[in-house]
Amino acid sequence: MKLTTIKILAIVLGGSVIASSCSKSNPVVTPPATVYYQQQDQMGRPAINTVFIAAANKDAFNTTPPSAQNAAFSAEISAKLTAFGYTTNILGLNNAAFTGVLATDVLTASTTGPTTFYDGVPANTLSGRALADDVIDVELILIFGGATGASNPGLTSDHVNANDKAFLVSFPYLATPF
Amino acid sequence: MKRKKLLLVVLTASAFITGGILFAADHIDSPTVTNMPADITDLYVFRAQDPNNLVFVANTQGLLTPGTTGAAKFDANTVIEFNIDNNGDAIEDLVIQCKYNSSSNKMEVYGPVAPSEKGTRSKLEGSVTADVTVTAYGGTAITNVGGSGIKVFAGPRDDPFFFDLNRFKMIIAGTAPGFNNPGTDAFAGTNVMSVVVEVPKTLISSPTGKINVWLETKKKI
Repeated sequence: MKLTTIKILAIVLGGSVIASSCSKSNPVVTPPATVYYQQQDQMGRPAINTVFIAAANKDAFNTTPPSAQNAAFSAEISAKLTAFGYTTNILGLNNAAFTGVLATDVLTASTTGPTTFYDGVPANTLSGRALADDVIDVELILIFGGATGASNPGLTSDHVNANDKAFLVSFPYLATPF
Repeated sequence: MKRKKLLLVVLTASAFITGGILFAADHIDSPTVTNMPADITDLYVFRAQDPNNLVFVANTQGLLTPGTTGAAKFDANTVIEFNIDNNGDAIEDLVIQCKYNSSSNKMEVYGPVAPSEKGTRSKLEGSVTADVTVTAYGGTAITNVGGSGIKVFAGPRDDPFFFDLNRFKMIIAGTAPGFNNPGTDAFAGTNVMSVVVEVPKTLISSPTGKINVWLETKKKI
C-alpha cells in the first residue's frame, strides 16, 4: 500500500514536471510493480483434506504444494486409516501404499481416453472426475469396503447416487442454479 | 461388534465436523477463507463433448441458497488457478489462471502457460487468452471462445456435488448405524460460483497421456 502511494506520487510529480517542461524530454514510463498472489485454498481429489487432515492442520494442508504433501502429511493420513480400521481395499493397497496414493492430493486425468473417477471399468479408474461420478461412494468403498469392497455395507454407500439436477450435454455442462 | 468398534473409531478419529461447520468435497475446509471467494468447493476435470478438448471446472463459495446466490460475486483480488503437472512429479508445468476484472465484469483467463513462479506464490502469466462476461444469477449462460479455442464460462451454477452429509454426520456422532437407503442429498437446491474452462488438448499435451491437476486460489499480496 505504501509502495503504491509512493508510485502514485511519483507519477503525479513526474506528470507535473513533464507539464512544465514539455519539450525537453519524453515522459519516463515506470512499469507497474509485479503483483503477486499468495495461496489460500487448494484441492485435488474430493474430500482428502476433509476426511484425513485434522482441523488444526487444514490450512497448512491447503497451502502445502502437492509435491511436499507426502513428506508433511503421510504420517497423519496413515494414522487416520489405522483409526478407521483400514487394512486393505479392492485395489489391494495396504496402509502404506494407500497412504502414498492419498498423500499427494492431485486429480489424475487422461488426455487420451475416457475421464472418470470410477465408471465400473477398472482400466478407467482415476482417469479424471466427471460431474456425474459418485466420488463419495468410491471413496467410502476404498476406505471401508475391505479387500472385496463388501465389508461394512452400511458405510460404503450414502445412497445418493446422482445430482439433483441433470447436467448439460454441452458447454458449460453444469446445471443452471436454483 | 466389529462394526460398533469401527463406528467408535470413526467417531473419535473423524474430522468431518469442526465447530459445528460441516465439510464435504472441499466445501469450507479451509478455516481462513471459509465462505469467502477464495473458498474452493470442488474441482472437476473431464473430456469435453468434443473429445479433442478437456474441461476444467473450479467451483467456489459453497452452499449458496437461492436467496444468497444473487449477491455472490467473484473477487478481483483472487486468482483461481488450475495447476497441471504433465510429467508425474506433482510440480506444475502449466497453469490456467482465472481472474475477475471488476471494471469490465469479465472473468479473464491466462494460459495454459508454463509459469515463471511455481508453488504457493504466483503472478499472472502472459496475456489474457479468453474472457467472458460473468453470467448474472437468473440470466442465460454467457459463454465465449478465445483465439486459441479456449471456451470460458463464469457465474452461478447448481452445485454438482451430491452427498448425504447429514446422515454421515449422524453416523460420526454415533446416533445412526449406517446410511439410509435412499439417502438425502445435503447439497440439493444449493449453488456455487463456477468457472468452466474448456481447452483444446493440443494446448496441454502430455507425453504420458496423463496429467495431474489441482486447483488453487490465491489472494493478492
